[in-house]
Amino acid sequence: MYLEIVTPDSKIYTGEVKLVQVPGTDGSFEVLKNHAPIISTLNAGKVKIVEEDDSEKFFDISKGVIEVNRNGIILLAEKV
Amino acid sequence: MANLKEIRTRMASVKTTRQVTSAMKMVSAAKLRKAQEAIIRIRPYAGKLHDILSNLSESLSSMEDNPYAIDRGYNRVLLVVINSNRGLCGGFNANVNKKALQLAHHEFGEQLKGGDLDVLAIGKSAFDFFTRRDFSVKNENDLYDNLDFDHVSPIAKSVMKAFTDGMYDKVYLVYNQFKNAATQILTSEQFLPIVQEENEESNSNIDYLFEPSKEEIVKELIPKSLKIQFYRAILDSNAAEHGARMTAMHKATDNATDLLKELKLHYNKARQTSITGEILEIVSGAEALNG
Repeated sequence: MYLEIVTPDSKIYTGEVKLVQVPGTDGSFEVLKNHAPIISTLNAGKVKIVEEDDSEKFFDISKGVIEVNRNGIILLAEKV
Repeated sequence: MANLKEIRTRMASVKTTRQVTSAMKMVSAAKLRKAQEAIIRIRPYAGKLHDILSNLSESLSSMEDNPYAIDRGYNRVLLVVINSNRGLCGGFNANVNKKALQLAHHEFGEQLKGGDLDVLAIGKSAFDFFTRRDFSVKNENDLYDNLDFDHVSPIAKSVMKAFTDGMYDKVYLVYNQFKNAATQILTSEQFLPIVQEENEESNSNIDYLFEPSKEEIVKELIPKSLKIQFYRAILDSNAAEHGARMTAMHKATDNATDLLKELKLHYNKARQTSITGEILEIVSGAEALNG
């Protein structure tokens, strides 16, 4: 799935990922391949992504929104 | 015809002026590039946010509950006038000021008379202009020192809060939109209440899951989108300012070059006349001795 992390000041990350874990307002959740479409607001916290080659990356975000739609993920964060 | 020395001093002064203007042009060009990048960077964010919001509003019928869309008539109006802290950028500042003044007189004449029109000046030029005309002005001039989202969003937030608290019933933005380095589009747009867009044909009928709930998300997203809109207007104005200054300084440099050319011609003519005069004196002096 294709992930984009965008903030008002820059595009932080774009690329293919295997897994995304985000701090949702109702609790942390993970997005895997073929996840159902979802829009959720996010709290401040850590975003964990696992890339195609199994390497992990972390981003600290402060509030945001995630939209998952047909294996395209857009994560809008106010600050990273 | 001025004498040689006068022309020489004048030429020196024009030369230094040209140096200054061309240096300012370079600086503006560099700043313009940076400002332009900032706009280009924010565009994907603003675009994506808009996409999500429009996806959302398709599956949401009750946009009327939105506290930012309530139309309470025209009682108290806030004009947010965005221009720059510095001058030397052609008509950039004056155009915005004029437009805002015109808006105040024509659209909101009654509010103006009743003292129900406030101005939020972003940029020293707007602040000076409206203070001189006895408007009630608040200002945010320090913004341009470090222009980023963290500094802009509190201002946007306070404007939005003033609206939801009922302090203002209408908020307008007046600013220069950046088109390219030579062109700015003078824009005045309604910031609040939100103008409902005509729903375009929906092509994506996806059943989204919402977390925590649709209403919560809308409540979260709309202020965010407004803040971004505000930020974007300021970035636009910033880029436009540097573009305008670059063009103005370019013209000034050209003018200085022309002036210098003309002065050079005058100088050479004056010099030639004086040399001719001297030769004439010497020759006639020698003639007199021989004769």
